[in-house]
Amino acid sequence: MHEWALAEAVVAAASQTAEKEGLAEVTEVRVKVGELQQIELDIFEFALSQLKTDRFRNAKFKIEIAKAELKCRACGHDWAFDREKVDENAAEAMHFVPEVAHAYIKCPKCGSPDFAVTEGRGVWLQTVKGVK
Amino acid sequence: MTDPRISVISERLKEVNRVIAVSSGKGGVGKSLVASTLALTLAKKGFKVGLFDLDFTSPSTHTILGIRGIQPKEDKGIVPPSVHGLKYMSIVYYSGEEATPLRGLDVSNALIELLAITRWSELDFLVLDMPPGIGDATLDLVRLIEKIEFLIVTTPSRLAFETVRKLAGLLKELGVPVVGVVENMKMNLSKTIQQQTRKLDLAYLGAIPYDTKVEQAIGNVNKLLNTVLADKAKNLATKIVSKLCINKP
Repeated sequence: MHEWALAEAVVAAASQTAEKEGLAEVTEVRVKVGELQQIELDIFEFALSQLKTDRFRNAKFKIEIAKAELKCRACGHDWAFDREKVDENAAEAMHFVPEVAHAYIKCPKCGSPDFAVTEGRGVWLQTVKGVK
Repeated sequence: MTDPRISVISERLKEVNRVIAVSSGKGGVGKSLVASTLALTLAKKGFKVGLFDLDFTSPSTHTILGIRGIQPKEDKGIVPPSVHGLKYMSIVYYSGEEATPLRGLDVSNALIELLAITRWSELDFLVLDMPPGIGDATLDLVRLIEKIEFLIVTTPSRLAFETVRKLAGLLKELGVPVVGVVENMKMNLSKTIQQQTRKLDLAYLGAIPYDTKVEQAIGNVNKLLNTVLADKAKNLATKIVSKLCINKP
């Protein structure tokens, strides 16, 4: 249920952007969420709908899930994160703190835990549209 | 694109009165032991205290406090469990016993994630056990937590104090308050660190003698609270409380 905490963050950041840009009403908020975050999309969307303030009453939240891409720093191998290849407990831990992926995932080519998450990590507020 | 998680951090900490980062310029000065014992002592005095282990690659406060087999609750975020009278948070809930090699960007991301999703509720003190040095965690926390204050731990060694000078200099430049300096593992009556601390215009909060009993007390809070370290931590807590002008509950 930490989707609620992340949804609160999105609404707080979108409110700050709307305030800065002088938007009286927000019509659309685009959010990108990394696959590594493994959020439950239904819960995240429900939380966003519940957390809407008056300024967001007609706003649509458009959520894009970015596939997680990993790159080994030791051998340069690129690979895609595959949830099915991760143990259940490890996946649960990564759901809360995606960086613990470094404790559970190794490069499939050379076995190194030293890899970069080149895509698909974090939560990003992309755009906030509305009327002034 | 902006990272929305940063926008919610001050909200998560709004019911926390003081955030004290127990820090050092160098590793191995006893920072985690001082942070743990200080947090326990403040809790024993009746304050509401949280302890957050931010040394993500080498967490050790769970070992010091003998914490095993517990997990935070999920409630619109994560709620740190109460252990030994403290609200306790650490990455070990998620990394377990596995080595977790993290580079700077990963440290920043993990820090932002945990600050954004952890619900501390009302606290008089949140004690942070920092990783050593002036790297990513220090810079991020200064950027992300407006009310942060530092407590610097050193040993009598010139090697440790040289790094204190750098840490103190950085914090001064950034306008971050420093509660004071604690001299840990003291083995003689030298006043060098005390004098050098005052030259930096910082408060010398006292010395903790080298205590051979501490090693045997690791993992056992009752034993830990009977060490000289704990005895000195009481004085330290009193000084911190009076310096921070917090009324006893």
